[in-house]
Amino acid sequence: MNLTLKVWRQSGPSDAGRMVTYRVEDVSPDMSFLEMLDVLNERLIVEGDEPIAFDHDCREGICGMCGMVINGVAHGEQRATTTCQLHMRHFEDGATITIEPWRAAPFPVVKDLVVDRSAFDRIIQAGGFVSVPAGSAPDAHSVPVRKEDADDAFDAATCIGCGACVAACPNGSASLFTAAKITHLGLLPQGQPERLSRAKAMVDQMDAEGFGGCTNTGECTAVCPKGIPLDAIAQMNSDYLKANAK
Amino acid sequence: MKYTEGPEIRDTKAPEGPIEDRWDKRKFSARLVNPANKRKLHVIVVGTGLAGGSAAATLGELGYNVTSFCYQDSPRRAHSIAAQGGINAAKNYRGDGDSIYRLFYDTVKGGDFRARESNVYRLAQVSVNIIDQAVAQGVPFAREYGGLLDTRSFGGAQVSRTFYARGQTGQQLLLGAYQALERQIAAGTVTMHTRHEMLDLIISDGRARGVIVRDMVTGEIERHLADAVVLATGGYGNVFFLSTNAKGCNTTAIWRAHERGAYFANPCYTQIHPTCIPVSGEYQSKLTLMSESLRNDGRVWVPLKKNDTRAPGDIPDEERDYYLERIYPAFGNLVPRDIASRAAKNVCDEGRGVGPGGLGVYLDFRDAINRLGRDAVEKKYGNLFEMYERITGENPYDVPMRIYPAVHYTMGGLWVDYDLQSTIPGLFVVGEANFSDHGANRLGASALMQGLADGYFVLPTTVGDYLADGPFGDVDEEAVAQAEIKVRDKIERLMSVNGTRTPDSFHRELGKLMWDYCGMERTEESLRKALERIPELREEFWQNVKVTGTAEELNQVLEKAGRVADFFDLAELMCLDALVRTESCGGHFRAESQDADGEALRDDEHFAHVSAWEHTADGPVLHKETLEYEYVKMTQRSYK
Amino acid sequence: MAVTGAVMVLFLVAHMIGNLKIFLGHDSFNEYAHALRTLGEPILPYRTLLTITEIVLVASVGLHMWAAISLSRRAAHARPVKYVAKKSQAGGYTTHIMRWGGVTIVLFVIYHLLDLTFGVVNPKGFDSEPADRMVAGFDPSRWWVTLIYAVAVVMVGLHLRHGIWSAFQTLGWAKRNRYHVLRVTAAAVSVVLVLGFLAPPLAITFGVVK
Repeated sequence: MNLTLKVWRQSGPSDAGRMVTYRVEDVSPDMSFLEMLDVLNERLIVEGDEPIAFDHDCREGICGMCGMVINGVAHGEQRATTTCQLHMRHFEDGATITIEPWRAAPFPVVKDLVVDRSAFDRIIQAGGFVSVPAGSAPDAHSVPVRKEDADDAFDAATCIGCGACVAACPNGSASLFTAAKITHLGLLPQGQPERLSRAKAMVDQMDAEGFGGCTNTGECTAVCPKGIPLDAIAQMNSDYLKANAK
Repeated sequence: MKYTEGPEIRDTKAPEGPIEDRWDKRKFSARLVNPANKRKLHVIVVGTGLAGGSAAATLGELGYNVTSFCYQDSPRRAHSIAAQGGINAAKNYRGDGDSIYRLFYDTVKGGDFRARESNVYRLAQVSVNIIDQAVAQGVPFAREYGGLLDTRSFGGAQVSRTFYARGQTGQQLLLGAYQALERQIAAGTVTMHTRHEMLDLIISDGRARGVIVRDMVTGEIERHLADAVVLATGGYGNVFFLSTNAKGCNTTAIWRAHERGAYFANPCYTQIHPTCIPVSGEYQSKLTLMSESLRNDGRVWVPLKKNDTRAPGDIPDEERDYYLERIYPAFGNLVPRDIASRAAKNVCDEGRGVGPGGLGVYLDFRDAINRLGRDAVEKKYGNLFEMYERITGENPYDVPMRIYPAVHYTMGGLWVDYDLQSTIPGLFVVGEANFSDHGANRLGASALMQGLADGYFVLPTTVGDYLADGPFGDVDEEAVAQAEIKVRDKIERLMSVNGTRTPDSFHRELGKLMWDYCGMERTEESLRKALERIPELREEFWQNVKVTGTAEELNQVLEKAGRVADFFDLAELMCLDALVRTESCGGHFRAESQDADGEALRDDEHFAHVSAWEHTADGPVLHKETLEYEYVKMTQRSYK
Repeated sequence: MAVTGAVMVLFLVAHMIGNLKIFLGHDSFNEYAHALRTLGEPILPYRTLLTITEIVLVASVGLHMWAAISLSRRAAHARPVKYVAKKSQAGGYTTHIMRWGGVTIVLFVIYHLLDLTFGVVNPKGFDSEPADRMVAGFDPSRWWVTLIYAVAVVMVGLHLRHGIWSAFQTLGWAKRNRYHVLRVTAAAVSVVLVLGFLAPPLAITFGVVK
């Protein structure tokens, strides 16, 4: 296949950035999207140009490091798929593909398609944990957990922290990310003692980072590679309201 | 490559006496640090996977002043996250006869009798605490309807002791450790530096006292000083270019520590996983593992005839070779990883491989679908089938899967004693980066166990004992400056070559060479060839590599080039180690050492030792640590 | 947004029921309009409850708009650099319908009050019976008023279809297994309100009610 890529190039945070067009030829349909970019980058290096910087690591859809907006959709149009797991067979020969970074003020661009997502770490720091020092835990079987609760908690816990929800949200909200952790821990007995304080602290931190508010558009869950359900946000809202009522 | 043999090395930290009392004794004999003094003691932890994340969090909880580094943009992304299967623990919740002793026994045997008994026993002991800790953190392990934890059985064990969280156990355990770490960052006990790469170790007065790191965003070279340094930087499987490791996994941290004096143990022990998705073309950047559980119902076969290009469905049963069932009638498709991998390589070498390049074998679910029905198969393996289809574009319900072995884990690593301390005082090494617990072959679901055992439970005790002598005073400025200059020089050299080939093209070539000559099957001839080729390729690398951009910015080409440079040196040591060890054991198969049936043949008389390599200006020096088996009798494995 | 929205939905339901009284004749409608003012009498003075309701409603509208404006301001701050290409994966329905729909509705409400409450733009003027104003307002000769009204009411319906469901989500009462029921309920309430509000003006314009 032959493709035309329109890629966002930005040399650093102070650069304004622009779209640059590249031709990529002889793309195999079995390539992953990132492998296609690898091929282009190899060519750019040999030609003495700067290759396109993008984040990636595990390339098996679990680390959450990769992410780009492809043709206007976070991680591309294939559902429940990270960018690294997207393959070129889903594109037409001769197609033009637009590639942009996650765009959100709390995710400043570091270079090209690389953004700084440390805001997510700070949201977790605000309360996304159970306070239990190593060595102090009771026997694992001392507290049974209803299977349904364990399963629902797991669904929320599968979040990979990639930031696609923020990228897709018309409001630039981080609600799905924040809610996933609040829901995961809030559904388990181990997470109960800190449940409301956690919700309040994490939501307040999310707001302080400059993310937008949630208007329940559902764009986040539609692009989420792990399909984190939207009702996590309802759970977050409920816990947050209760925490504020106290 | 020339090497010399030095004096034997020995672990002096494990207490004497009955094996089940040793860890308790060590914990009691370890000196404690006054809580008021802990804040003044500074510990650096490099890497934030299961081992590093849990270590940094726990040391922070204890009150030490911790600085943590990772090369990713967040500590949550370390490659422990990709572990699928589960984590072993001797809980015996099923009452099926499991015990600490049995887990210990299985691990020593699974490691083909090349691991240290005291360490493995402690690992089995601590395993039960890991599950408690993880559950208390909110790790959503699979549960049964009664609300209790579910377990499953895994390769190499006859009991059901593997705890799991769907196919994402590593992710859930890592997020538990990550959250504990973030909690300490918020509490101010841990300072986190993401997108930082360790490039050298600072040694002052014979002790590890800090690291030189590069800020990968600004390119700034920074010095960080401490009273102890912990390396938790993972394995080096990416020396093969194609592996199931993350793209960023590298050997640089442990290799540069090795250059500073830490011995490197058993570098040749590599685990090759039999069920990975095969390479589809030259552009392939990494390999993806398919859970081993697929072999429970899938049947492995290749065409009987060479170069048979018919579609798999057109090949009748009598023209198929279900070679695992044929060669190993007792275990069939469920033989251990190393055996399944080698058998696949053999049939492909005969020209009977399938798919592009003939590097693949079929894993066929036709019979399982006929027997159990499509729904039952979908229930069991649905998500794996989906993942396979996403990558290959083929539907495994209709067409057999194609699989091929891939490098997955490295058992070798920096040598450590019972305290997980390397040969450099104050340098501790945990997780896959050390060599300690898996011998020559790691059992499934044991990597997560080891990482967390090291970080949550072992290291906090042993680092404390070391720090009881601290703080260690001012660091020799000369030593720091010298390390910094060395790092800058290396970067400057890489930037100034300005050749015509990309770092990746060298890495690919090195990887292919390692796979061909030091991969699943090694011979004296192949290893000698590799030892001849590697220096030539390295020479070309330093003459002809091209690094674009500058060193003072985010420069992924420069990062890559630095890592590839270290892989060359490591590759050489791996081949040398493989050459010297003329026996076959676990993940190391020397074609010269096999029995009449082609099975791996150990040589306990000459090789029941750890090979710990010292780096010197005059070439590598081999120190042997003799392995003594007081509790588990050495036997030859058989799966026929 | 959810609480103020809920207040307005309740108002709309009451308003719709009141409107439908026109089908029972002019007197019934006028009585209803009068009753609204005398509700609570003689314990409370004339128009007390109605005034309170009006204050609550105005406050709700104000707060609802304030919340909407601050949400969209936050959204603008959260994404200072726009995408070159952006494609909705959830249909884009809510993004488009809520903000622009809201603005359309506000403009309509202003006109609506001028027309039927204050009679400023009504052929019968302020000094007339409510039922006469209504009938005159939607007179066949003023078909375009009916058309504007119909478009606005449909817009309100679309606004509510997301708004009602969204309120449950915002207040934390939504659950995965209740989503279907909530969405169907939201759609049903919207449809009922749209039909209920469309019936009187259409009936007048087409001469069914004179």
